[in-house]
Amino acid sequence: MSESAPTTDDARRLAQEARDRVRFEEEALDLSDQVYRVARRLAGTREEAEDLVQQTYERAFRSWRQYTPGTNLRAWLLRILTNLNIDRGRRQQRTPQTTSLDANEAGDYFLYNKLESQVPDGSHDEERVLERLSQDSIVDALADVPHDFRDAIVLVDIGEFSYADAAQILDVPIGTVMSRLHRGRRILKKNLADSVSAT
Amino acid sequence: MIDWCDKCEEMMQPFLDGDLSDAEVAEAQRHLDDCNWCAKRYRFEERLRHYVRVAVTEPISPELKAKLAALRTPLDA
Repeated sequence: MSESAPTTDDARRLAQEARDRVRFEEEALDLSDQVYRVARRLAGTREEAEDLVQQTYERAFRSWRQYTPGTNLRAWLLRILTNLNIDRGRRQQRTPQTTSLDANEAGDYFLYNKLESQVPDGSHDEERVLERLSQDSIVDALADVPHDFRDAIVLVDIGEFSYADAAQILDVPIGTVMSRLHRGRRILKKNLADSVSAT
Repeated sequence: MIDWCDKCEEMMQPFLDGDLSDAEVAEAQRHLDDCNWCAKRYRFEERLRHYVRVAVTEPISPELKAKLAALRTPLDA
């Protein structure tokens, strides 16, 4: 038990911790494009999304020791972000759910049937039919999906998370993610169909 | 014929998500090989998913990236 041994150990431990922290911060920052992409569609506005991402990184850098190396860091960050989003009560609902009530009944072919009927002449290939949808109409149609369903679409279809990761981020069972995803896609398509007939 | 198209519509999402059993995939595939009407709608769904992902993707601003980088712990802390 010399006096210098603990000091050297301490110094070594601190140096190792500093290296771990630097690596964590670098890996987290490398994911910021992907984190923002998901945040932008979970939050109502661009400003809210930017605030959320910033707060997420503040919290992540503060509590980096709670992250288990080798696990999915992107999902870990999104879990923080989702909780912050709920805490701040910023889950805005743009419309009442009247348009989405019959989405399940409309089914999965409804949008295509509707668009195809509007394409003139016989050239009904999928690409021509798809061109009937503008980028703005898609952004709006997604924003108008009720948030529980939208979260599932944003995480799985936009963020490309697995069901298991999405379930962990949203703190719901996997089966719930799947049913919300299926229902949510139908609502999204119903919204798109409605936007086409409105123009 | 009609009920097979209905069934295929019900199977579309799990089919494209890869959530069906091999037997169910084979069943759906048999119908899709025969029914251009359904096959077209499956292809549309695939394209639509990609199209939606691209349409709603907004790049992160350089300003926000800089702000996040500034949140890093200083090395001498």
